[in-house]
Amino acid sequence: MHPAPSIILFTTLSGLGFGMLAFLGLSVPAPRGWTAFAFFFIAYALSVGGLLFSTFHLGHPERALKAFTQWRSSWLSREAWAAVIALVLMGLYAIGLVFFGMRWAIFGVTGGIMSLVTVFATSMIYMQMTTVPRWNHWSPPVLFLGYSLAGGALLTGRVSLALLLLAVVGAIQIVAWFDQERRESQSESTMATATGLGGIGSVRAFEHPHTGESYLTKEMVYVVARKHRQVLKIISVLLAFVLPVALLLAPFHHILAALAVISHLAGVLVQRWLFFAEARHVVGHYYGRA
Amino acid sequence: MTQPTIDTSPKVSDEVRKTTCYMCACRCGINVHLKDGEVAYIEGNRDHPVNRGVLCAKGASGIMQHLSPARLQAPLKRVGPRGSGEFEQITWKEALETAVSWLKPLRDSDPTKLAFFTGRDQSQSFTSYWAQSFGTPNYAAHGGFCSVNMAAAGIYTMGGAFWEFGQPDWDRTKLFMIFGVAEDHDSNPIKMGIGKLKGRGAKVIGVNPIRTGYNAVADEWVGITPGTDGLFILSLVHCLMKAGRIDLDYLARFTDAPCLVNDDEKSEDYGLILRNEAGKALVIDRRTGKPEAFDTPGVQPDLAGSYRHAGVSHRPVLHHMAERYLSNDYAPETVAPKVGLKPERIRAIAAEIARVAFDESFELEREWTDFRGETHKTMVGRPVSFHAMRGISAHSNGFQTCRALHLLQIILGSVEVPGGFRFKPPYPKPATAHPKPHGSAQPGKPLDGPHLGFVHGPDDLLVDDQNRAKRIDKAFSWDNPMSAHGLMHMLISNAHAGDPYKIDTMMLYMANMAWNSSMNTSQVMKMLTDTDESGEYVIPRIIYSDAYSSEMVAYADLILPDTTYLERHDCISLLDRPICEAEAAADAIRWPVVEPGRDVRGFQSVLCDLGGRLGLPGFTNEDGSTKYADYADYIQNHERKPGIGPLAGWRGKGDKHGRGPANPDQIAKYIENGSFWVSHIPADAEFYKPWNAAYQDWAVEIGIFDQPTPYLFTLWCEPLRRFQLAAEGKHRLSPPDHLKARIAETMDPLPIWYPPFSDVDESFDVHALTQRPMAMYHSWGSQNAWLRQIHGRNLLYVPTKIWQANGFEDGDWARVTSPHGEITVPVALMAALNENTVWTWNAIGKRKGAWALDEKAPEATKGFLLNHIIHELLPPRGDGLRWANSDPITGQAAWFDLRVRIEKVAAPKEAHPAHPPQKSPVSEAPKNVTRKIGA
Amino acid sequence: MTSLPSHTEKSLGLVIDLDTCVGCHACVTACKGWNTENYGAPLADKDAYGAEPVGSFLNRIHSFEVQPETGPAQLIHFPKSCLHCADAPCVTVCPTGASYKRQEDGIVLVNESDCIGCGLCAWACPYGAREMDPVEQVMKKCTLCVDRIYNENLPEEDRQPACVRTCPAGARHFGDLADPESGVSKLVAERGGIDLMPEQGTAPVNQYLPPRPKDEAPEFDVLAPYLEPVAEEPRGFLGWLDRTLEKIG
Ligand SMILES: Nc1nc2c(c(=O)[nH]1)N[C@H]1C(S)=C(S)[C@@H](COP(=O)(O)OP(=O)(O)OC[C@H]3O[C@@H](n4cnc5c(=O)[nH]c(N)nc54)[C@H](O)[C@@H]3O)O[C@H]1N2
Ligand SMILES: Nc1nc2c(c(=O)[nH]1)N[C@H]1C(S)=C(S)[C@@H](COP(=O)(O)OP(=O)(O)OC[C@H]3O[C@@H](n4cnc5c(=O)[nH]c(N)nc54)[C@H](O)[C@@H]3O)O[C@H]1N2
Ligand code: SF4
Ligand code: SF4
Ligand code: SF4
Ligand code: SF4
Ligand code: SF4
Ligand SMILES: [Mo]
Repeated sequence: MHPAPSIILFTTLSGLGFGMLAFLGLSVPAPRGWTAFAFFFIAYALSVGGLLFSTFHLGHPERALKAFTQWRSSWLSREAWAAVIALVLMGLYAIGLVFFGMRWAIFGVTGGIMSLVTVFATSMIYMQMTTVPRWNHWSPPVLFLGYSLAGGALLTGRVSLALLLLAVVGAIQIVAWFDQERRESQSESTMATATGLGGIGSVRAFEHPHTGESYLTKEMVYVVARKHRQVLKIISVLLAFVLPVALLLAPFHHILAALAVISHLAGVLVQRWLFFAEARHVVGHYYGRA
Repeated sequence: MTQPTIDTSPKVSDEVRKTTCYMCACRCGINVHLKDGEVAYIEGNRDHPVNRGVLCAKGASGIMQHLSPARLQAPLKRVGPRGSGEFEQITWKEALETAVSWLKPLRDSDPTKLAFFTGRDQSQSFTSYWAQSFGTPNYAAHGGFCSVNMAAAGIYTMGGAFWEFGQPDWDRTKLFMIFGVAEDHDSNPIKMGIGKLKGRGAKVIGVNPIRTGYNAVADEWVGITPGTDGLFILSLVHCLMKAGRIDLDYLARFTDAPCLVNDDEKSEDYGLILRNEAGKALVIDRRTGKPEAFDTPGVQPDLAGSYRHAGVSHRPVLHHMAERYLSNDYAPETVAPKVGLKPERIRAIAAEIARVAFDESFELEREWTDFRGETHKTMVGRPVSFHAMRGISAHSNGFQTCRALHLLQIILGSVEVPGGFRFKPPYPKPATAHPKPHGSAQPGKPLDGPHLGFVHGPDDLLVDDQNRAKRIDKAFSWDNPMSAHGLMHMLISNAHAGDPYKIDTMMLYMANMAWNSSMNTSQVMKMLTDTDESGEYVIPRIIYSDAYSSEMVAYADLILPDTTYLERHDCISLLDRPICEAEAAADAIRWPVVEPGRDVRGFQSVLCDLGGRLGLPGFTNEDGSTKYADYADYIQNHERKPGIGPLAGWRGKGDKHGRGPANPDQIAKYIENGSFWVSHIPADAEFYKPWNAAYQDWAVEIGIFDQPTPYLFTLWCEPLRRFQLAAEGKHRLSPPDHLKARIAETMDPLPIWYPPFSDVDESFDVHALTQRPMAMYHSWGSQNAWLRQIHGRNLLYVPTKIWQANGFEDGDWARVTSPHGEITVPVALMAALNENTVWTWNAIGKRKGAWALDEKAPEATKGFLLNHIIHELLPPRGDGLRWANSDPITGQAAWFDLRVRIEKVAAPKEAHPAHPPQKSPVSEAPKNVTRKIGA
Repeated sequence: MTSLPSHTEKSLGLVIDLDTCVGCHACVTACKGWNTENYGAPLADKDAYGAEPVGSFLNRIHSFEVQPETGPAQLIHFPKSCLHCADAPCVTVCPTGASYKRQEDGIVLVNESDCIGCGLCAWACPYGAREMDPVEQVMKKCTLCVDRIYNENLPEEDRQPACVRTCPAGARHFGDLADPESGVSKLVAERGGIDLMPEQGTAPVNQYLPPRPKDEAPEFDVLAPYLEPVAEEPRGFLGWLDRTLEKIG
């Protein structure tokens, strides 16, 4: 799949933002006043910023409101609702904390849960794609939530929890990569089933319908070399997990903590790039590139 | 929620105007839908005899052709050096005056100084008429580099060819064999025909080194070695004759098989057919044992009858055939290694042909009377049919190969019978009924007759006493005596060399001669820009008519911009290449369904104007005034013979068809009828046309013949034999010494096979071919925004064996070397390919700056032509002389004889050779196309 | 309208004959021509004359090479457009309801004025049947020429998809695949029509007729009776001719 910067930024930033919001909403004691303002500011910047990036991906962002209509069947629609509900609830919660020094728990708890629901809904957009075997797998919800929580813990300064989550999510990520590989290679869809010609013999794509690129080849038939992928995986694990853990284990310093956050963010961006770039859509079978 | 309501009955258009497609030479009928007076949508015309409503990819994207940003806008005068593309717009007045100032002195002093050649022209009877009036012998259309082998072999052998002049009986044939066809001129009809066969589950065998398109859907694929079809076919003939699976009755009645060949080596007529005083071939009448003219009423030709006359013995043609083809030289075992097939395979195909032709034969209950007056109760079907095109004809042995295929058809008795191959009017028409070529020019006078035609022996050649060619392309000279279509591919190199003489002005129409239709393209561009000692261009003046900004435009001094096909009158005439069907005569027109919004004029109208200004006899009235206001005027009012004009329909007062006085409302009648006219052949005249009295009468009535012209198929081609006689020193005229052996060897009166001429250097071990993409038309498809996305670049397809031997991988490039040069091009793997053959799609590569494309367009950076490594001359022989890379008989360009070596190289930035950009004479193309008229 | 109808009255669709398709791309440009002028925004071409042209098309022709265990490789031209799936995943993922499947005939359409151009439906389609218009930025797909097949401004015989009408080889057929008596259903039954990627669970309506077996050795003995020589030892022309005449009798 084409690793579109808008979607990579969206999932990464909003994942972190909603992770933060979840912690802010669900944990006690809650910050108050300017501290609260700072945390909420960052969390909103990330989640709303992420959502804004996602609209860059839309052909017609001005019609974005229409995306709220199909919550009965569409995960994207559900995600939209969840995000708005989460942001509204957490907004009310934040107003209480920042301006009134009050913790309106009902908003915090529901808002925190809705934040995680948002991340889950996002992940389900990918998970439900039977056309992309690598996504059609247990890992997107687990990892999206995992990344969100680990990032949230990190950004809300929960050092020991962050250490734990980073280690666990890092491990799951590595397992997931292997298992996604297995899932993809065991996909029932092949060039033979795509063309129905498998009964005659081995099938090979000869000429594409067009000599240049098309929306399909740009969007769905993106390929990265295997070697390239391995290197990026190592980099992403180092940045997202190993380096932050090392930095957090060192004697605490704000600079080191900030570096840990930046490193994690960079690692997640690389991971998300891979999440798209590595994923092969079955339509690639028609192009001999799946 | 409810579904949105949508308008399922939108208005389709304001108006439909019916005309004829011109995205290729197939000439399908189209419905042009207009909205707000603009072309909105084009679909096929269901009533049209050619396409019955269907359209091909090009036809359906005609709108993008019509709107192309590459359309020329106004007449142009060259201001930069040739090839640069620097022009200045001028008025038509200046353009026409310039042309006249160049042409008039030539006509008055020496008309041979003008060479007028037309390419994809569909008005050859008109353009040749103009050239004839001008008086230059140097006129031809593009047939010489296209498929003259096919056309000439067909006409000399059976009085008609495949090309678009005949077709299988698609409704009845049960086995269809197609040789070397990727697309053909008869594009849609062939696809419709194959569709019919598929619908019935009839069998298709494709003979082609490459398995794409028609060959991909073939039930059986014969991946033959290029250039060896003749051998394969003659081996099939061998098998069939050996098994006696031939139609002797048909051979006896309708062919020259019983005709008597002079057997006396010492005779001046050795190898010629015995004729009576009236020139009619004689046969032995089985009833009397006496010789009689072949068409004597009641005669029953005897295939066994030999005859001694005046001390000379004569044997029937069939005897010669048996002698030659029963020989083991043609046994499958002998030919198999050369053609690259197993002997069993050849036998199996011969058996399949025999089975279907004879065991699946059937009869139509239709009574008919033959030319000898005998009435036949039924028509006997031989449901085996064949089709072939350039794959067998574009080789230096193509003429004989095409003849071999006709021989096969004829021994099966499958021509002009139900289930077999059928001619389309004006064919059948024997070679002898065609004019002979004319080439004698005189200052200020028209030529002595039509330029092109059919020679029947050395006496008909266009050479002077020193055997020097009279024509610039050396057509009808000893080099290629039977070059019925001329040799357009030799024009520029001969003009450049001043051999046989120098010319002054080259006038070209609709031919991209600086690019894809010339051999040795890079050299040709140089020839067009070369100067002599005085700094003058070696070819002093070039006038060119194109509708688009092609590569050739850059090399002209004066550009006469043409209209597009939706903006002008055209005439697809019975005098030319009409749109007939096997069961009907038909012709068609184009008319301006929209007005050009540019300062352009239909080229034919410009020729009418120029003809008047030059005072050409055919184009001026007695008082010296211009005869035809424009082409439409010519179409309606010109008469070739009394009562016979360009269009056959609605003559007189609209009540006469075929023959009749000119009708000033004729075009209106055509438009009313969907731009075509069709006249059906009566049912009893639909088959056996060359011999069917009812057909012959119908043809006379419609104006195709002046009198019934029945004839015999000529398996024994006497014109060839006459040239052999000359080479043997038995003729008044004699070929130059260096050509004697070749003429004797290749011009055999019975079909033979010899290796293609470029087979000599074994180190070039790979055959390199091109194919027409179905969705592109030569160079002119690339300006079409839709089509160029389908074929925006081309790859060299390489078979598995060569792929592996070179360790190629996807994305690799190769250097391809021929004896004449090299190109560097991208490669791709193809398994369904003859193991010694590489190929690419034809004419996708473009020069930078042409066709209003971006200079970085893939066509210009990755696209390529094989033409750069094909030469119009072969490498020098032992005697130091260079033969033309053409068929020695017809001069057909041997595009597919190309032999190469191939090796892997590092990927360059661009395909090589990369030519510098030409400046575009048209404004920059729009970035995006989003056009909707009805919005 | 994102939910799929539980049942459609008809299942209109195409049957594509892979034994007959010559790969001419006629259906591609006929489709482009009709659908540019009709349903929705024109099918645009970006950088139309440039280095990287990308246009939207609703129908495209692939070609595949198939290597059987024995015999030469085969080449198969392979047209592909929306298969109007019964269980169309492209519809259910759509967040706006722009994608829907029609209750009356099963045609899957995009209501362009509702489409936000998110691209999810194209991700969900296994067949690559949806393309985002490069200029209008709304999702484009085969409409099954819904504005032709019922169009009262067209003569009866023209009320069929543009691609079917134009196909010179007659490799495309249109009809109701839910009706076992329809021409298309009979063709599918007779020729063993298949689903593409059945494992994706989309239940496509369009069917593909597989190529007939190719390059099969003849079932009969070649020499007898078809090529049995008339005479083992030809005794000259006349002998051969006599025997041949006898044989034909
Ligand atoms: N390697 C290789 N080369 C080949 C062949 C091959 O098989 N292999 N095939 C050969 C054959 S058979 C042929 S016929 C030639 C074809 O080659 P060309 O005859 O050169 O054909 P086109 O490239 O179509 O060029 C025709 C020119 O006519 C112009 N034109 C188009 N429409 C109009 C119009 O309405 N009016 C005017 N005035 N001009 C118009 C086009 O812009 C173009 O410049 O190529 C030959 N070249
Ligand atoms: N779409 C489209 N249609 C066209 C044209 C076009 O440019 N585009 N051009 C028109 C013109 S000008 C012409 S002349 C016709 C030509 O129409 P075709 O005769 O179909 O010409 P080519 O495409 O050159 O195809 C030649 C075929 O012969 C095969 N071949 C080559 N050598 C051999 C051989 O030795 N033996 C056998 N058996 N096969 C061989 C090649 O593989 C190829 O399939 O098409 C016309 N129609
Ligand atoms: S075959 Fe195609 S391009 Fe040629 S005339 Fe017919 S529709 Fe036009
Ligand atoms: S083919 Fe693709 S776009 Fe069409 S209905 Fe099926 S899933 Fe949807
Ligand atoms: S691109 Fe349009 S039709 Fe497709 S899912 Fe998004 S909103 Fe729906
Ligand atoms: S049915 Fe209509 S929209 Fe669909 S592919 Fe055919 S022409 Fe295009
Ligand atoms: S028009 Fe017909 S033959 Fe041509 S590509 Fe389309 S389906 Fe195949
Ligand atoms: Mo040609």
